[in-house]
Amino acid sequence: MTKERPSKPYTATQNACKMCTPLGAALAFHGIERSVPLLHGSQGCATYMRRYLISHFKEPVDIASSNFSEETAVFGGGANLKQAIENVARQYSPSMIGIATTCLSETIGDDVPMILAGMGASIKGTSLVHVSTPSYTGTHMDGFHQAVAAVVDRFNPADKRIGYKPKKKKTVNLFPGMISNADIRHLKEIFETFHTPCTVLPDYSERLEGPSWQEYQPIQEGGTPISVIEKMNVAVHSLEFGAVLALNADKGVDTAGGILKDRFDIPCTRMPIPMGVKATDRFFETLSEVTGKPVPERYQKEKWRLVDAYVDGNKYVSQKKAVIYGEEDFVVSLAGFLSEIGIIPVICATGGKSGLFRQALEQTLPETVWDQMQIHDNMDFTRIEERAAALPDPPDLIIGNSKGYAMARRLNVPLVRAGFPIHDRVGGSRILHIGYKGAQNLFDTIVNAILEKRQSDSSVGYSYM
Amino acid sequence: MTGKRTEPIDPEKLKKEILAKYPAKVARKRAKQIVTNTIDDAGDVPQVQANVRTVPGIITQRGCSYAGCKGVILGPTRDIVNITHGPIGCGYYSWLTRRNQTKPPTDQDENYMTYCFSTDMQDEDIVFGGEKKLKAAIQEAYDIFKPKAISIFSTCPVGLIGDDVHAVAREMKAKLGINIFGFSCEGYRGVSQSAGHHIANNGIFSHVVGEDDSVMDAEYKINLLGEYNIGGDGFEIDRILEKCGISVVSTFSGNSTYDQFANSHTADLNTVMCHRSINYVADMMEEKYGIPWIKINFIGAKSTAKSLRKIAAYFEDEALMKRVEDVISEELPEIEAKRLEVKERCEGKTAMLFVGGSRAHHYQELFKEIGMTVVSAGYEFAHRDDYEGRKVIPDIKIDADSRNIEELTVEKDPDKFKARKTEEEIKALEDSGYAFKDYKGMMPEMDNGTLVIDDVTQFETETLLEMYKPDIYCAGIKEKYAIQKSGIPMKQLHSYDAGGPYAGFRGAINFYEEIDRLVNANVWQYLEAPWQAAPQLSAKYAWE
Repeated sequence: MTKERPSKPYTATQNACKMCTPLGAALAFHGIERSVPLLHGSQGCATYMRRYLISHFKEPVDIASSNFSEETAVFGGGANLKQAIENVARQYSPSMIGIATTCLSETIGDDVPMILAGMGASIKGTSLVHVSTPSYTGTHMDGFHQAVAAVVDRFNPADKRIGYKPKKKKTVNLFPGMISNADIRHLKEIFETFHTPCTVLPDYSERLEGPSWQEYQPIQEGGTPISVIEKMNVAVHSLEFGAVLALNADKGVDTAGGILKDRFDIPCTRMPIPMGVKATDRFFETLSEVTGKPVPERYQKEKWRLVDAYVDGNKYVSQKKAVIYGEEDFVVSLAGFLSEIGIIPVICATGGKSGLFRQALEQTLPETVWDQMQIHDNMDFTRIEERAAALPDPPDLIIGNSKGYAMARRLNVPLVRAGFPIHDRVGGSRILHIGYKGAQNLFDTIVNAILEKRQSDSSVGYSYM
Repeated sequence: MTGKRTEPIDPEKLKKEILAKYPAKVARKRAKQIVTNTIDDAGDVPQVQANVRTVPGIITQRGCSYAGCKGVILGPTRDIVNITHGPIGCGYYSWLTRRNQTKPPTDQDENYMTYCFSTDMQDEDIVFGGEKKLKAAIQEAYDIFKPKAISIFSTCPVGLIGDDVHAVAREMKAKLGINIFGFSCEGYRGVSQSAGHHIANNGIFSHVVGEDDSVMDAEYKINLLGEYNIGGDGFEIDRILEKCGISVVSTFSGNSTYDQFANSHTADLNTVMCHRSINYVADMMEEKYGIPWIKINFIGAKSTAKSLRKIAAYFEDEALMKRVEDVISEELPEIEAKRLEVKERCEGKTAMLFVGGSRAHHYQELFKEIGMTVVSAGYEFAHRDDYEGRKVIPDIKIDADSRNIEELTVEKDPDKFKARKTEEEIKALEDSGYAFKDYKGMMPEMDNGTLVIDDVTQFETETLLEMYKPDIYCAGIKEKYAIQKSGIPMKQLHSYDAGGPYAGFRGAINFYEEIDRLVNANVWQYLEAPWQAAPQLSAKYAWE
């Protein structure tokens, strides 16, 4: 069903291209060993977000709630929050409870830090960490970054620097942002081959993709231990991924790496999520500088194999046009990768509205493509689709999460699934985006999507390229 | 977690073990929600505490009022533009996810189910109020789609900042001349999605039912209440009814349209599938329009046949009764053959069901048909009458949470009320054993010694799996992967794991095959190294 639409900007959001702030926080908290996220609000928030994360990861995801009632909404949520914390602590004996607020508790103005202070900021060995995530501000990405910053802040207080001094091993802190399980695992492998200890925060790659159980695990294994997070203040360097995050930090927004820099003078390097050759080169160069070690040969080989594949596949992708969407940092890095393989990201869209999206894209992309692409923030899928349908030439590809499927179907353009969430395929959390290997994976997937479309559109049915 | 338990399980002992893990206050509450089933000579069952608020911090599978209202009840209606008034999350998470199917007559017909409309409230809307934005969103939806109706769903902050969605609805209705109505279904209202079902149904009853008096040209006209067309269940039920010559005026709310609701008061009989989500609508329609209601169940081949006979008996028409018998005898042989084949492989296996407000009951039929035993079951959001039967309704204590949900008082409609049968006719039918507005509940149909658990928690689920080691566990996506990691096959009965239909005759065949696949699949053998399952390696693998 299609309808004529007015061209003026809309008030309502139709088919949103973003999720709400607490979802990002709940996911980030899953990347800390033995932590349980708790949403301070109605139970529906926890249920909805569990379902959304479970449908992507296809793994158990537990999120507790302070289960507001009408009375709570009127008289305040302090008692409920306290009870919820006590019950979670008793049932799960977690290392940490990550408390994220919701639009409900924020609207009534519950003073969560005060409630937690009243409980001593911890309970029976369980640390209580709070992050303010009103869903009417920002997107799930903001919630994610804020939760990571809150954890770092909590376990690395300015006045309590521990006496531990690394002698031989120089640890690097890595704040990768919201990337896939496969991405996190690949990053950890890279650090292993550099023989450099690395603290990845958050790391949900094991917890949200674990094996079958020999016995019941109230909290699945995996995640960055708090004991390790507490030592982030003695690392030699912090790396933070995200082009928009970096611009935000320049503007004075607190980031995890920024907190460690301010308090402990740990140098922090921010860079876009390393997707594609150029961004990955930059990542490896930085890593080599920070660790004082050369880039292992295997990555040179990975890179040259990738570049060779770029050359071989160039004829299929060159000057193709793609519509891409998703979180700001993800889209910026994806656009960078596409432009280096010759695909023009004719529409770069995001549901976020940091105001920095264009700047981040222009920093990442060569000037030659600037006038060929439209950059839109604060977008929903209806608006993205309108713009895609209005392009002078139809796009060859759409790249992004599975929520763009309806648009891709209506436009009859192949959808290459990447990012989060992937709800209509298995293996969403196993998509590798980063490093030379991730670029290789994306490149092959994209070329094959173009070939498949050509093949299925052909009346002949060639089975030879 | 492999190896079958051989010694019988003492449910009371198990209950004690579970409660020991809870703080005293929580344990006292849960003790009333975990009950060993016993059916006495009078057919009475023990009392279960249900529809009470979940304790904060106990991870529940329940959703909220908004989810029940927007997602469950109004979600499956294709031609009403549903606008979520609130921050983006709620609208996004309820965007076409329950797999309710719909079939517009042509692809040019309205279908807004693939859309997700939200006012996407921002800081300034919370501070200064969101009514202006809501009005603009309604105007916009009208300008673009010209729908028959627009509905507004309130999320948590809306009630708190004082936005009056009902006043906005009235104003825009007057302005645009289409039906526009709002729902105060803020997530904190009520104890579960059940409250949202109630709010939604009340709204549809007040704002839509009775709007269109045209009478369908058909002999036997019924409404199907509480059937949501998950996995195409409704299509299969429609197929069977049509074959029998019974016409469906409206379905609440699978594959439904606005016009069906508007016209539903012209049916001659209300048949209730999911008692929990809609029995009060059946009551109100009887009171206001004179339509009697009966409980039916199209899950299970036998239940389907029984329900068809019950509908035919109501119309007291020999031709219809004969036609129903013909359909049943035409459809049953194929099902019977499949049933016996599957039964051979499933007989004696055990199942657990923790789902919904009626499914945990209805699906027991299907398991029985293939010789499987249900050892434990419970609902996520049902009330006491769904466990113990409608006879306990007068004894149900109304707590603060339920008092907040509006109960409509309805009266006979002076123009539209029409008694479908005389009091004598009703009485004659009842004397012959025909049950109007009756539901006996789940427990009287469960075995003695089975464990009934309301609003089961994640922790309790794991204890049950450990102790009973059932052959299959039925629930929803939130439980799914934890259960499968424990080596136990899991079947989603909220969304059917993209399977179905499971209702009606063809549905029964689908379900037998699905359960057969699940409980007898080779894949489970791989979950554990062979030397762990059996200390001495034999030459042959178990799946060979």
